[in-house]
Amino acid sequence: MRWVTTTNHKDIGTLYLLFALVMFFVGGAMAMVIRAELFQPGLQVVDPQFFNSMTTVHALVMIFGAVMPAFTGLANWLVPMMIGAPDMALPRLNNFSFWILPFAFTLLLSTFFMDGGGPAGGWTLYPPLSLQMGEGFPFLIFAIHLAGISSIMGSINIVVTVLNMRAPGMTLMKMPLFVWTWLITAYLLIATMPVLAGAVTMLLTDKFAGTSFFSAAGGGDPVMFQHIFWFFGHPEVYILILPAFGIISAIIPTFARKPLFGYSSMVYATASIAFLSFIVWAHHMFTVGMPVVGELFFMYATMMIAVPTGVKVFNWVSTMWKGAMTFETPMLFAVGFIIMFTIGGFSGLMLAIAPADFQYHDTYFVVAHFHYVLVTGAIYSIMAAAYYWLPKWTGNMYDEKLGQIHFWVSTVSVNVLFFPQHFLGLAGMPRRIPDYSVQFTDWNVISSVGGFVFGLSQLLFAYVVIKCIRGGEKVDDQVWEGADGLEWTLSSPPPYHSFTEAPQIK
Amino acid sequence: MRKLIGVPTAFLGTAFGSAHADWTLNMTQGVTQTSQSVYDLHMIIFWVCCAIGVVVFGAMIYSMIYHRKSRGAAAAQFHESTTMELMWTVVPIVILVSMAIPATSTLLAMEDTSDADMTIKVTGVQWKWKYDYVDGEGAGISFLSSLHPEHNAARLLGSGVDVAQFGDEYLRDVDNPLVIPTGKKVRFLLTAADVIHAWWVPDLGWKKDAIPGFVNEAWTQVDEPGVYRGQCAELCGKDHGFMPIVVVAKAPEEYATWVAEQQGAAVDAVASVAREWDQEELVARGEQVYASSCAACHQLNGLGVAPAFPAIAGSAIATGDTAAHIDLVLNGKAGTAMAAYRDILNDADLAAVLTYQRNTWGNAAGIIQPAAVQAAR
Repeated sequence: MRWVTTTNHKDIGTLYLLFALVMFFVGGAMAMVIRAELFQPGLQVVDPQFFNSMTTVHALVMIFGAVMPAFTGLANWLVPMMIGAPDMALPRLNNFSFWILPFAFTLLLSTFFMDGGGPAGGWTLYPPLSLQMGEGFPFLIFAIHLAGISSIMGSINIVVTVLNMRAPGMTLMKMPLFVWTWLITAYLLIATMPVLAGAVTMLLTDKFAGTSFFSAAGGGDPVMFQHIFWFFGHPEVYILILPAFGIISAIIPTFARKPLFGYSSMVYATASIAFLSFIVWAHHMFTVGMPVVGELFFMYATMMIAVPTGVKVFNWVSTMWKGAMTFETPMLFAVGFIIMFTIGGFSGLMLAIAPADFQYHDTYFVVAHFHYVLVTGAIYSIMAAAYYWLPKWTGNMYDEKLGQIHFWVSTVSVNVLFFPQHFLGLAGMPRRIPDYSVQFTDWNVISSVGGFVFGLSQLLFAYVVIKCIRGGEKVDDQVWEGADGLEWTLSSPPPYHSFTEAPQIK
Repeated sequence: MRKLIGVPTAFLGTAFGSAHADWTLNMTQGVTQTSQSVYDLHMIIFWVCCAIGVVVFGAMIYSMIYHRKSRGAAAAQFHESTTMELMWTVVPIVILVSMAIPATSTLLAMEDTSDADMTIKVTGVQWKWKYDYVDGEGAGISFLSSLHPEHNAARLLGSGVDVAQFGDEYLRDVDNPLVIPTGKKVRFLLTAADVIHAWWVPDLGWKKDAIPGFVNEAWTQVDEPGVYRGQCAELCGKDHGFMPIVVVAKAPEEYATWVAEQQGAAVDAVASVAREWDQEELVARGEQVYASSCAACHQLNGLGVAPAFPAIAGSAIATGDTAAHIDLVLNGKAGTAMAAYRDILNDADLAAVLTYQRNTWGNAAGIIQPAAVQAAR
């Protein structure tokens, strides 16, 4: 009952993180089905309709069920401890925003048992295809509404907490970057989640109330949905990566034993990325037949994103430069993040070139791109964060040896999994197909083998986390030699109610 | 498992210069000027990324080797440098601007569909393509193009067919390919009947969405005769992976021969509406039409897949009033996946498939003449 009624930020953070871990395995199991079917040409495992629902629900679960709740869980645990606040500003709202999520995802997954099966029109829900879904359609829309409400409430809570509950002396430009990136992320969420809610509500009325927002036959426009969706969807991409930037900016200085190279430029770069994220949405839809001037605008704006993103990478490298580095598991994941996220950034830059995008679009090249930024980007940062702060949260050191094995097995297999997908896309394999021409067999075999190893190796992560929660070598308050910040001044584990008196900031 | 053993063997095959397209690493240079300039852009941006990667990763790796605590490195405490920040803002901007210039000129050329020699309308239909030659040599030709029937049978779950026998053409072969003349600027008008599709042949250098209710434009000029293959690139439902595109580029004189053949067939089609058909003839033709246009949803056995795709065998519509049956197939059913076949099939094909449905799987409900379909339009 404590866990149901709790309003404590640490309890709710734990709930969010455990929920995300469970969803990570649910979404991962779907990815295993996808890779099993694509292991060989021909259909061996599932029929095409079920395959499509696997790709669709894999994306929805991973984005809304795993990565976003994991970041919210980290924010719950860390934001109050980093700014010297006793708890989140709105604790009951906090409880409510978490407990919506299990219901939202139960609804989403229950559609598999309804007539017509789960959603199979892609996570982007493009009409008219998404409107062909069976009985489960309203449940899908309701699940998205619930997840959206949860995100909006969580974001409001973070904004209010950060702006009102900082300890005396903790000016905005003294906040750790994780707090900064989350503050900006929260604004992105508040701005874009209602847009998604509007778009899916219009889908709902198109299906059941006879409206024609997205049907040309009734005077509507199917492309308008894509514009509205990606006006949410592109900022969403940064919602999934900005908190990761904050985590990496905390871990690299700790293990380089050297301050972050350019704190203020990191803050400004984050804000620039957030701003640019609102004016680049149509690069997801270069092939819909926009006016050429529109294509040029979105191409130029998209290329501009490389500048602030580059600033971030250069700052991390400069922080490492002439440091005194050690490579414990969190640092390994952080370094892995920088290298592989940058590879994803490179393919992103290639995708920005509109004429080339006419070839890349909707192929496995795109699949490789966004898995590099989301798996070896967002998820690697979450893993890094878990290893970095778990000793603080539990008071126990995780098993360093197993952690390092987890890193190396994951890193080798994730590249075996996703790097060949660049080649498949360039060779002409479209995404979201259950079966493919024989010429694509070889790289698909390799990719599937990598996928199975990567999937299995995440069980090791779950084992390390559980082992660490249950016990282990005790750690002191500082935990890491080079760690800096208010959370390290608390005991390990921190008291249930921390900073009941505000700390003094120099 | 067999494939796993095959992997190193196939790798050796490539190493010895096998002509097989497996282990392809890079984008095709294609067969048009557009595809060549796209390939060039792709390679420039690729090498730019590689160069940046060498600098950034080089610095990281150097630092990770030499600036580690175990080597006795003491941490410097420098941070913040406006000069550095400015430099790594300005240099990327310069690189980006120099990339944007060739990209802009290529884009403008790709979108210029003026002065075309001929126009072909491409309509995406779940899950096949319809081609209408609108204007230029061959105007009036119209046909459907769907996955080759042998591949269509082989790709079913549990078919037991080894698809490797089809080689690189597996899922990339059709019954009726699109034929275009070489050396001519062909303009495409792309649209769709039901959901959004995307028409993509990598060798031509672009893809474009086919959107219901809207018409998109694109163009190509192929100079080399040959067969170029691609497939639908926008998720369009259950059989998205099974709607290939084959373009056959023929030299102008061979193209003229092909046009003459097609137009002869079209004249026959017009004549066929006027005359009286017998049941056997209609059923025989209807069986083929059913296999390519109906079976994906309603299944070859006519039993459908409940609840989305109702059975035709024994259904009230296929055994009842002919007018209602004709109306349903001509105009589709709003709010369901049932498309309107008015613009997809001609009168003879419609009459044939309707008759086939009314006289197969135990149905026995009389025949429908092409003239009756024409009258119902």
